[in-house]
Amino acid sequence: MGTVVFFIFAILSIAAAWGVVTSKNIMHSALYLALSFLGVAVLYILMNADYLAAVQLLIYTGGIAIMVLFAIMLTLRGEVSESNPENSIWGWGALISTLLFITIAFVVLTNADWRILPTPWTSGGSATDISLLLLTKFMVPFEAAAVLLTVAIVGAVILAKGVKESK
Amino acid sequence: MNLSNLSNLSVGLSTYLLVGAMLFCLGLYGVFAKKNMIAILMSIELMLNAVNINFVAFNRFLWNQKVDVHYILTGHVAALFVIIVAAAEVAVGLALVIAVYRNRQSTNVDELNWLKW
Repeated sequence: MGTVVFFIFAILSIAAAWGVVTSKNIMHSALYLALSFLGVAVLYILMNADYLAAVQLLIYTGGIAIMVLFAIMLTLRGEVSESNPENSIWGWGALISTLLFITIAFVVLTNADWRILPTPWTSGGSATDISLLLLTKFMVPFEAAAVLLTVAIVGAVILAKGVKESK
Repeated sequence: MNLSNLSNLSVGLSTYLLVGAMLFCLGLYGVFAKKNMIAILMSIELMLNAVNINFVAFNRFLWNQKVDVHYILTGHVAALFVIIVAAAEVAVGLALVIAVYRNRQSTNVDELNWLKW
């Protein structure tokens, strides 16, 4: 059961990622991106990371994908069906990514330490468990992340809106 | 692997790692091959997502009773921080795209050669 669900959603998210990088219409690319994020959220659920799955749906599918859609609509020019072209050296990119994938796959498949099946999971993964970790052991990075998000929001508004020159 | 094993093909750590590697390489190809700035940002998001899959998969599969109970979800926390940084990155990145678009009426990276002459 879990195996079938895994393969359905793993193939879905990889196929959607393929659509993101090959689609000629950038609107379709952005919608494929949301689909790919959704498939990854299901993979998180299969790995007992419930809270991360919820965060993935809320932030990636609900936030980032929609923000990308808005940015596309704000900057679209010309024919939408040719809005996402490849550049002249795309063949080199394909070559390098294929070689990298072959290398990683070789390492993963030949490493006997990683050929393991899941043991029963008893240590949670809910919001309570993660918040205990975030507010004790990882408190300083957590606060730094809060500062980073605030600075990023202010910076994004200033960059996108522009600052009026004051006398 | 013989054929009788195929009927109960189980999903292990290496399967998740291969999914992550595939997503990462597709994102890498997008960064290399795309002309549109927003398409490049989307490909970077794909790559960050692939890294998150690896964090959670290692946390799930290399788990055992000997790990200190206070650190048992460290992979989840790392993935959470990656998500936070990705959100900040995409906010600033899209603001930069809009700012560049306002000045040049273009989002094509091949035309962003102000510093080259």
